[in-house]
Amino acid sequence: MAKQYEIKAKWLPYFLVLPQMIIVFIFFFWPSAQAILQSFYLQDPFGGKTIFVGLSNYIALFTNPDSDYLYSFIISIVFALSITLLSMTVSLFLAVQAHKKIHFTTFYKTMLTWPYAVATLVAGVIWLFMFNPNVGVIAWILKHNFGIPWDYLLNFQHAFILLTLAASWKQLAYNFVFFMAGLQSVPETLVEAAIIDGASPIRRFWQIIFGLLAPTTFYLLVMNLVFGFFETFPIVHGITAGGPGKSTSILVYKVWRDGVVNLDLGGSSAQSVILMILVIGLTVLQFRFIERRITY
Amino acid sequence: MKKLLLLVLILAMTIGVYAQVSVEFWHAMTGKNGEMVQSVCDKFNASQKDYKVVPVYKGSYSDTMNAGIAAFRAKQAPAIIQVYEVGTATMMAAKGAIKPVYQLMAENNAKFDPKVYIPTITSYYSTSDGKMLSMPFNSSTAVMYYNKDAFHKAGLNPDKPPVTWPEFFDAARKLKASGMEGGFTTNWISWIQLENFSAWHNVPFGTKSNGFDGLDTELVFNSPLHVRHFENLYKLAKEGVFIYGGRENKANPLFISQRVGLHFESIGGYGSMKANCKFNFGVARLPYYPDVPGAPQNSIIGGASLWVFNGKSPAEYKAVTAFFTYISQPEIQAYWHQNTGYLPITNAAYELTKKQGYYKDNPGLEVAIGQLLNKPPTKNSMGIRFGNFNIIREIEDQVWEDILADKISVKDGLDRMVREGNAKLREFERLYK
Repeated sequence: MAKQYEIKAKWLPYFLVLPQMIIVFIFFFWPSAQAILQSFYLQDPFGGKTIFVGLSNYIALFTNPDSDYLYSFIISIVFALSITLLSMTVSLFLAVQAHKKIHFTTFYKTMLTWPYAVATLVAGVIWLFMFNPNVGVIAWILKHNFGIPWDYLLNFQHAFILLTLAASWKQLAYNFVFFMAGLQSVPETLVEAAIIDGASPIRRFWQIIFGLLAPTTFYLLVMNLVFGFFETFPIVHGITAGGPGKSTSILVYKVWRDGVVNLDLGGSSAQSVILMILVIGLTVLQFRFIERRITY
Repeated sequence: MKKLLLLVLILAMTIGVYAQVSVEFWHAMTGKNGEMVQSVCDKFNASQKDYKVVPVYKGSYSDTMNAGIAAFRAKQAPAIIQVYEVGTATMMAAKGAIKPVYQLMAENNAKFDPKVYIPTITSYYSTSDGKMLSMPFNSSTAVMYYNKDAFHKAGLNPDKPPVTWPEFFDAARKLKASGMEGGFTTNWISWIQLENFSAWHNVPFGTKSNGFDGLDTELVFNSPLHVRHFENLYKLAKEGVFIYGGRENKANPLFISQRVGLHFESIGGYGSMKANCKFNFGVARLPYYPDVPGAPQNSIIGGASLWVFNGKSPAEYKAVTAFFTYISQPEIQAYWHQNTGYLPITNAAYELTKKQGYYKDNPGLEVAIGQLLNKPPTKNSMGIRFGNFNIIREIEDQVWEDILADKISVKDGLDRMVREGNAKLREFERLYK
C-alpha cells in the first residue's frame, strides 16, 4: 500500500482545483446558463429587445407541424447508429487482417491510419468532390457506366448513404488504431491453446479474441455514437447542408443553422438545452448501467 | 539646435499620425472582389490624410453579420459593416444599433443627394418615404445566360435569345434534343424564380409593398401565376429538360461544363463565367409570360450594402462620411463596376462607363442595367423587405427540393412556403412592434 499523506493547509486542495473550476465555469456553466435563459425569450440579435415567451420556443419545436424537429431527432439517431455499425465492423475486419503475419503490415497500418489526420470538414469536401452530381468523377461514372441516376441533391437515400460513407471513413482510422492495440494485447498463449484444442479460426475469433476485445469495443461504441451524433456537423455542413429538403438536417446542424445563420436565438437555445439534457442522460446511463458490466 | 529641430520634427510626425482617424470596415468579399475592396480603400486612404479606412475580411455574408452582431454586443463594433440584402430588415429593425446613412450625411454636412443614385438600387435600402438607411455597395441583379455555340448547334438563333417563357421552354427542349444532357438550370430559386419573377411581372411577392410599408406584411407568392410558373419548371424537370443543380449558386458547373445551355445567375457572376466558360455565351433579360399585363416591369437587386454602427465618435463618423462620399464618385463607381461586374450605383457612373466604351466589349453588363431601369419601379418592384428572410429563403429551398423529389405537389409546396414564411414574419413582427 502506498503511504497516505495528509495535507495540512485546508485551502490547498481548493486552490489546486480552482483553475479547472474556473475553466469549467467560463466555458460550460456560464454558457449553459445563458442558453437556458435565452430559450425562454424571443430576442433581437443585437440584444436591443427581448420578450419573455415562456415555454413557447420549446412547444413550437414539438407541436408545430412544419418544424420537423422529431424527424430531425430520428434521423440523427439512425445516422449515428449507421456510422457506428459500418465504421466499427469495417475497421475491426481491417484490424484483424492487418494483425496477421503478412508482408508490408507496417505499410498497411500507416495507410489505414492516416485518414485520422484529415479534418472532418476536409473529409466531407473530398467525398463531395467525388460524388457531386455536377462535378464529381464517381457520380459521372455511376451515371454513364452503370446507369445509376446518382443525385444526392434531390434523392434522400443517396444523400444519406453519402454522408454515412464519408463520416464512417473519417472515423475508420480512429477505430482501427484502437482495435489494433486491443488485438495486440490479446495473449498469444490463449489463441495457441485454442488451436491445440482444435477450435476453428472463426470460433477462435468470436469466442476468444472478440470477447477479450469487449472493453475496446464498448469504448469505441460510445465514442462512435458520440461522434455520429455530435461531431458529424462539418460533414453535413460540407456535403448536403441539411438537404434535400430538410431530410439530413441532424440536430447539431439544425442548432447551428437556426442560431448562427438564421439568428433565431431563442429557438436555437431551446434546441441546445434539449441536446444538453440528452447528453446528461446518456452520460448517467453510461456510468450507471453499462460501465459496470464491462471489466477493463 | 539640430536636436531641437529633430524633436520638433518627431513631434510633428507623431501629431500627424495621431490626428489621422482610422475606422474599420468589415466585409465578406473574396477573390477578385476582395482585392477590389482593398484597392478602393487604398485609393481613398491615398486621396487624403485625415482618415484611414481599414478593410477587414470576416468570412461569408452570414459570418460577417454575426461577427458584427457579436462585436456590437461586446461594444467592439466596427464603424462600417457590409450586410447582405436578406439581412436588411434585421438591420433596419435594430434601431439602437445602427446610424442611418441619411442622418450621418446630414449631421456631417456632406453634399448628399439621394437622387443621383439609381432608384431601383437605393429604394431597396431606404424607408418607404425615401430616406436612405444604408449605403448601396455591391449590387447585382438576376439575368439569363445562354450558350451561343449550343444554340447554333440546336438550330436556334444565337443572336435572338428567348424573350418569353414559352419561347424559353421551347429553346430548352431543343437544346436537350440536340444532344445536351438537359436544357436549363437556375441558381437562387427564391431570389430569381420568385422574388425577381414577381417584380418582373409586376405582381406582389408579399403584401404591404413587399414589406416596405409595415411589419404586418404577408407573403403571397402562391398566386395562380406563381403556381403556373412552378408547374412549368416541375414539368420540365420531369422531362429531364430542367436539371436541378443545388442551392445558392451551386448550379453554375452545369452551365460551365455545357451539360445545359441556359442558366439563370446573378450578373455578379459575369466575371467568373467569362473566366470559366470555354464557349461563347451571351447574357439576356429574364423571360416573362406575355399574357401578364405590365410584364416586363423591372428586376430587383441582390448583393449587399454598407451599414454604419451607432455609438462611434464624431471624428469616426466624419471619416465614414468622407469614405461614402468618395466611393459615390462616378470614377470610383465606374472602376468598381468594371472590375467586379457589380452594378454602378449612380447614373453618372453608368453614363461614364458607357462613354468609355466599356459595354461594347461587355454587353452583358448593360443588359443587366437595362433590365433594372426598364420601367420606374412600382410597389411590387422596389425590392423586398422581410424580417427573418434568411430563414424564409431556406424554407423555400427546402420545399422546392421536396417538390422536385415528389414529396409534395407544386401547389401545396408553394402554400407551405407561404404558410411557414408567414409564421416567421409574425415572430419578427411580435419582436419589433
